[in-house]
Amino acid sequence: MNSRFASSAAALGAFGLALATSPAALQAAPLKVGMITTLSGAGAGLGVDARDAFALALKRADNPEVTLIVEDDAQKPELAVQIADKMIQSDGVDVLTGIIWSNLAMAVAPNAVDQGIFYLSVNAGPSALAGANCHENYFNVAYQNDNFHEAMGQYAARTYANTLIMAPNYPAGLDALTGFKRYYTGELAGEIHTQVGQSDYAAEIAQIRASGADSVFFFLPGGMGIAFLKQYAQSGVEIPLIGPGFSFSQDVLPAVGDAALGVRNSASWAPDLDNEASRAFVEAFKAEYGRLPSIYAAQAWDTANLLLSAQAKADVKDPEAFRAALKEADFASVRGKFGFNTNNHPIQDIYVREVVKLDDGTLTNRIVETAFTDHGDAYAEACKLP
Amino acid sequence: MKSLSSASPREAAANLAILALLILGPWAALSAGHPFYVTLATKAAILALAATGLHLALGLGGLVSFGHAAFFGLGGYAAGILAAHAGSGEALILGWAGSREILTMILAAMGLALLAALPIGAISLRTSGVYFLMITLAFAQMIYYFALSWPAYGGDDGLSFRRGIFPGLNSARPLPYFWICLGALLIGLALFQILRASRFGTALEATRQNPQRVEALGIEPFGLRLTAFALSAMMVGAAGALFANLNRFASPSMLSWQMSGELIVLILLGGRGRLLGPTAGAVLFVAMEHVLGGWTERWQFFLGLAVLGVAVFARGGLLGLIAGGRRDG
Amino acid sequence: MSGISPLSFALLLEQLLNGLQLGVMLFLMAAGLTLIFGVMGVINLAHGSLYMIGAFACAAVAAATGSYWLGLGAALAAAAAAGALIEATILRRLYGRDHLEQVLATFALILIISEGTRWIFGGFPLFLDVPPLLQGAAPLPGGGAYPVYRLAIIGVGAAAALGLHLLISRTRLGMRIRAGESDREMIGALGVEIGRLYTLVFALGAALAGLAGGMIGALQSVQVGMGEPMLILAFVVIVIGGIGSIWGALVGAVLVGVVDTMGRFLLPKAFALAWPPSEASAMGAAVASLLIYLLMAVILALRPQGLFGAASR
Repeated sequence: MNSRFASSAAALGAFGLALATSPAALQAAPLKVGMITTLSGAGAGLGVDARDAFALALKRADNPEVTLIVEDDAQKPELAVQIADKMIQSDGVDVLTGIIWSNLAMAVAPNAVDQGIFYLSVNAGPSALAGANCHENYFNVAYQNDNFHEAMGQYAARTYANTLIMAPNYPAGLDALTGFKRYYTGELAGEIHTQVGQSDYAAEIAQIRASGADSVFFFLPGGMGIAFLKQYAQSGVEIPLIGPGFSFSQDVLPAVGDAALGVRNSASWAPDLDNEASRAFVEAFKAEYGRLPSIYAAQAWDTANLLLSAQAKADVKDPEAFRAALKEADFASVRGKFGFNTNNHPIQDIYVREVVKLDDGTLTNRIVETAFTDHGDAYAEACKLP
Repeated sequence: MKSLSSASPREAAANLAILALLILGPWAALSAGHPFYVTLATKAAILALAATGLHLALGLGGLVSFGHAAFFGLGGYAAGILAAHAGSGEALILGWAGSREILTMILAAMGLALLAALPIGAISLRTSGVYFLMITLAFAQMIYYFALSWPAYGGDDGLSFRRGIFPGLNSARPLPYFWICLGALLIGLALFQILRASRFGTALEATRQNPQRVEALGIEPFGLRLTAFALSAMMVGAAGALFANLNRFASPSMLSWQMSGELIVLILLGGRGRLLGPTAGAVLFVAMEHVLGGWTERWQFFLGLAVLGVAVFARGGLLGLIAGGRRDG
Repeated sequence: MSGISPLSFALLLEQLLNGLQLGVMLFLMAAGLTLIFGVMGVINLAHGSLYMIGAFACAAVAAATGSYWLGLGAALAAAAAAGALIEATILRRLYGRDHLEQVLATFALILIISEGTRWIFGGFPLFLDVPPLLQGAAPLPGGGAYPVYRLAIIGVGAAAALGLHLLISRTRLGMRIRAGESDREMIGALGVEIGRLYTLVFALGAALAGLAGGMIGALQSVQVGMGEPMLILAFVVIVIGGIGSIWGALVGAVLVGVVDTMGRFLLPKAFALAWPPSEASAMGAAVASLLIYLLMAVILALRPQGLFGAASR
C-alpha cells in the first residue's frame, strides 16, 4: 500500500493536477477546486482517504475543465486559514473543500463563504454552521455533527434501558452527548467527560464497571477511540458498547482489531450498502489504492460527484445558478438517496452497522438496520435561507 | 564580552536587507498579482514581533521560557473575545460590549498578558535554568487545557470573528493590515533597542551574566527579571492579538507547547542576541514553511532537517552566518 | 439519577492500581530523560519520539512475526539503536553548549522522526494486541477485576526501577554514571572513554522509552504523535522529582500517576455534590486536566529544585 500511496501522493503533490485529456464537457465552464485536508500528523489517515477518493472521482470523470489543488493543513487551524487565504487570493479557486475537523472548519468555512467562495464540507458539520449562522454558499455533503449520535440514541432507546454516555470535554464531544440524549428515552447510568487527546481510559473503565449500566455509548474520535476499545477489551467488563461510526471506520478498524468485533455503530454508509454507485465506488477505490474505503472516502467521493454534477449544469462564475445546481444534488450518491435540507445540510438515511470480519480477515462494517429514514437535523429550523 | 548594541557593518547590511525584504516584498508581490504573499509577510511580521517579545526575556534576561504561547494565546483570545462581544452586543464587563478597534484589542491583550505574567513570573522566577523552562511550560499547559475545555468561547473549536478596524486604514484588505502589523513590529523593535540601551537593560544583562555582582551592587535581580518577563509577555500578547486578527480566529492551538517551542526556534534560527535575529528567524521560518509546504506533503521532515542544520552547524543562526561571530545573548 | 457509581473499596483499589500503572509508565520515560540530563546535561525533547519508535517497532515486528515478545525485543533494540545514533551523530556536537541549542536540535528531531515514521508506515495507526499469555482480567479483593496486562506493566516497571538502582549503585558503568553526574571533567581525567559512556547512557535511556512504547502500544493507538503528550508528562515528573535524580523520577512518576487518575475519578464526584451531574462531570474533567500542572507549580514554588533535586543546578 505504501509505495502506491506515496506515488499517488507525489502525483498529486501540492502543485495541483490538471485532469486534462479528453474533449468531454465542451460547453461546461472551468471550475477550480481547492482541497485543504490533513495529510500529516496524527490525523493524517482521514485526510488521505478523503483526498484519495476525491482525486479518484475526478480522475474517473476525466473532465478537463475541473482542476484540483491539494494542500496539507497538518490539523492546525491557523495553517488551514492561511492556506485558504492563499487558495482564494493567489490561486483563484472557486470552491474550497476537504477539511476533516470541526475546529478547522470553523476557522475556514465562514471566512471563505464571506469572500464569495463556495465551501463543500466532506466531513465536519459543526452545529454553529447549521442553524442561525448557516450560509447559502456553505454546503455540507457529510452530516450534521449530531446525526450519528442521534441515531445511536434512537437505537439505544429501543434496545437498552440504562446507558452510560461518555465523550471528550470539548464542543464536538458535548454535541455528541446532546445529540444522543435528544433521542434516548431510557435512564442515564452516568455521564463521563474525558480529556481531549487522552490515551488511558483505565479510570473511566473502572467507573463503567461499577456503574451498573446495561450499555455504554461513547464518542472518542481518532486515537482516543482506538485506545479505549483496546483497553476495554482487556478489562473484562462485558457491558456492550455502542457509538457513532467514527471509531469503527475503515481507517481505524485495522488498528483496533478484534476488540471492535460485533460493536453496533451508526453511519450514513457502509461498504456493503446495496446500490450501484456504492458498489462501483468500493470496487474502484480498492482497485486504485488496495484498501477498503472509509466513510471519509465515501463522503469525499460524493462531494466530488456533486461538484461535477453542478459544474455540468452551471458556470461557477454565476453563483445563483451554481448554487441552484448544487442544491439539486443531482448525482449518484454512494448513500443511495441524498438531498439537501433548507440549511444546505444532508437529508439522508442513517444506519446501524455492526463490525464483522470478512473471510480474508479484514474487519469491516455490515448494515444491520435503518435507524432514520430521510433524516435532517435539529438546527435547520433556525436557518433562514430562502 | 562583545557589546550587544553595536552591530558590525555586515550585520547592519543584513538588517537593512531583511527590513527591505519585509517592506518591499509584499508591495512587489501585490504589483505582480500575488496578493497572498502579503498575507504571508503579515504572518512573518507578527511572528517576528512575538519572537522579539520573547527575546526580551530570553535574550536580554537569559530567561528561557517554554511557555510564552500562554501570552500569545491570551492575546489572541483577548482580541477574539472583544470582537465576539462587539459582534453580539452582549455585555462583557460593566456593561461594556467589547470593541472592534484593533488598537483597543491590542491594549486589552497586553493588559491580559500582564495580569497573567505577574503571578506566573513571580512563581517561576523562584526557579532557574531547566526548572524555569519547565515551570513556564506547566503554566502554559494549564491555560491551554483551560481554553480547551471552557465552552463559553468555543473551547477546542476556537473562536471565529471579523477582523477589527483601524482608524484611517481598511484593515480588512491584506496590504493595509500588513502595514499595521509592520508598524507594530517596528515599534516592538524600537522598544527592544531602547530597553537594551537603557540602564534597565544594562542591569538586566548584568544579572544574566553575573547575578552575584549585581546583587553586590545592591540591585535585586528578582525585580529586574520580573519586569523583563512582564514586558516580554505584553509584547507577545500584542502579537497574539494581531495574529488572531490576521486569521480572524483564536484557538487553543495558539496556546500549545508547540507554539512556545516555535517562538524559541524563531529566535535561534535568526540569531540570538541580535536586534533583528527574531525577525530574520520569522521571515526564514515562514518562507521555509511556505516553500516546503508547496513542494511536498513531507514538508515537516525537511523543515526539521533545516532547523537541525542550523542548530548543529550555524550556532549564531542566520544572522550569525552572515555577520560572522556569535553573540552570547 | 444517582452519581456515576458509589465509592466502594474495590473501585478505589482499582483506581489506585490505575494510578500506579500510569506512574510506572511515566517512570520508564522519566528515568531515561533524567539519566540523560544528569550525565550529559542534555534536554532531550525527542525522548517522546524514541517512545514512538518503540511502539512502531513492536507493532511492525509483532505483525510480521506474530509474536508480541519478538516485537517487544525489537522495540528495545530499535529505540536503543535510534538513541545511540542520535547521540553519536548529533547530540555529541551539542555537549557543553547552551540548553537552548539542544532544545532547538531536539525540537527539529521531533519533526524529522514523526514525519519520517509516517513516511515509512503511512498515515494510519498500526495494530498491536496484548499477547495471549497476558489477556483478560484477574480478580481483585473486594469483587473487582483488573487487567492482567496492566499488572504485568506494573511488574515490569518495578523490575526496571530495581534494575536501574542496582546498575547505578553496584556496577562499574553505574560508578561512571555517578561520576559523570557529579563532575564531568573528572571522569575524563580518570581515563574513562567518555564518548562511549555517553552513547551507552543515551542508548539505555532510549531503550527504557522504547520499552514503555512497546508495552503501551498494546493498550493504545500506535500512531505518529503519540510520544509528545507522554514527553510533557515525563518532564513534569522529573521536574517534580528533581532533575537528575532516579529516585525523584520514581516518586514523581507515581505521584503524578496517582494524582492524575484520582483527579479524573474523584473531581467530577466532588463537583456533583453542588452541581447537576452533567455540568459537574464537565467541570470536574476540566479541573482534572489542570491538576498535575497545578501540582508541579505548587511543588516548584515551595521547593524550586524539585523534591529530590540537588539545590544548585
